[in-house]
Amino acid sequence: MNDTVANSTTHLSPQTVLDEMKKHGVTHVVWLPDSETNWLYTLMKAEPSITLVAVPREGTAMSIASGLYAGGAKPIVLIQNTGLMESGDSIRGWLLGMEVPIVLMVGLRGWTRHGVTTDTAATYTERFLNAFNINYYLVENDADAPRIDVAFKEAAKNKRPVAILVGDEYHGFGSK
Amino acid sequence: MFNTADMLKIFAKHRGDAIVISGRGGKHWITMSDTALDMPLGDPAMGGHSGFGLGLALALPHKKIVLFDSEGDLQMSMGILMTIAEQKPENFYHFMLDNECYATTGGQPVANAKNVKYDQLAAGAGYPRAFAFDSLEKFEHALPDILEKKGPVFVAMKVKPEIENEAIGNRRKWRTRTQPQVVADLKKALQIA
Repeated sequence: MNDTVANSTTHLSPQTVLDEMKKHGVTHVVWLPDSETNWLYTLMKAEPSITLVAVPREGTAMSIASGLYAGGAKPIVLIQNTGLMESGDSIRGWLLGMEVPIVLMVGLRGWTRHGVTTDTAATYTERFLNAFNINYYLVENDADAPRIDVAFKEAAKNKRPVAILVGDEYHGFGSK
Repeated sequence: MFNTADMLKIFAKHRGDAIVISGRGGKHWITMSDTALDMPLGDPAMGGHSGFGLGLALALPHKKIVLFDSEGDLQMSMGILMTIAEQKPENFYHFMLDNECYATTGGQPVANAKNVKYDQLAAGAGYPRAFAFDSLEKFEHALPDILEKKGPVFVAMKVKPEIENEAIGNRRKWRTRTQPQVVADLKKALQIA
């Protein structure tokens, strides 16, 4: 808890992300592990109101989420930007085609605040989202948490996916 | 190998109140049933039907969910077998039409078309029950028991290819509802948000 307070403007706490999920009634997290999501995984696994659905490849997450939505559940997709790009046709056909209101929480691997990006995963992420006309919000730390709330509301209102780009991926939480 | 339409006629007698994702059997199933509990989605994005079926089964654990997938779809997303097996949806009935080819693109064979044992793949992934049929008579005999017991169950079926060579723009449009409308109709029928 002290870590969370101490780093509220410099880091994103996994508890903050989980709290936003619970606030918006998320029932299922369809996911493939990101580089540094283990602390969030530990929290989600302990949360009885959320079911974790692990996928071996990210495109599969999109059709699973569509089925969950069709059945009245409220899923979220939690993946890395590399997997987002792998999922292009599934995003087109399932999420956009079926008008699924969903938040895609995407680890922004390779992104740096100073703009010198050497990882092409980051280079193409925003361009990819723009190609699909999917709106997105950057979240770097706990102070940005209201943007997660905005994303949930926007997805519901417009019946479209909205992405949260996680610029800092839970560095160090729980590691002490 | 048997005809998909003949198989679906047999299934229809045992369907009960199951939600049916008609998948690759869609153009035949829609002539037999097109209610709010039928989900003729066409082909939103190849490889995704089984994921959609899993999601629906998890969201509606008290409803029987029947999917007619295809071997081409499954080859594209083979990992879904592991996810389904891990989630263990007892209400999920995963039927797969294996015509050994990509029928809608002219009939080119899928990878290793004649030699893949899909039921063994499903069983190896962790499905508690998996079957394979190349005889309609055997399928008809086994179907009541398959549907009566808990899922997830995987049923591979060898079906005759119905190859299309018409340009896509010239093909008959068999769906009567858009995908969002299909979902809206289901939600309304089940009175879910």
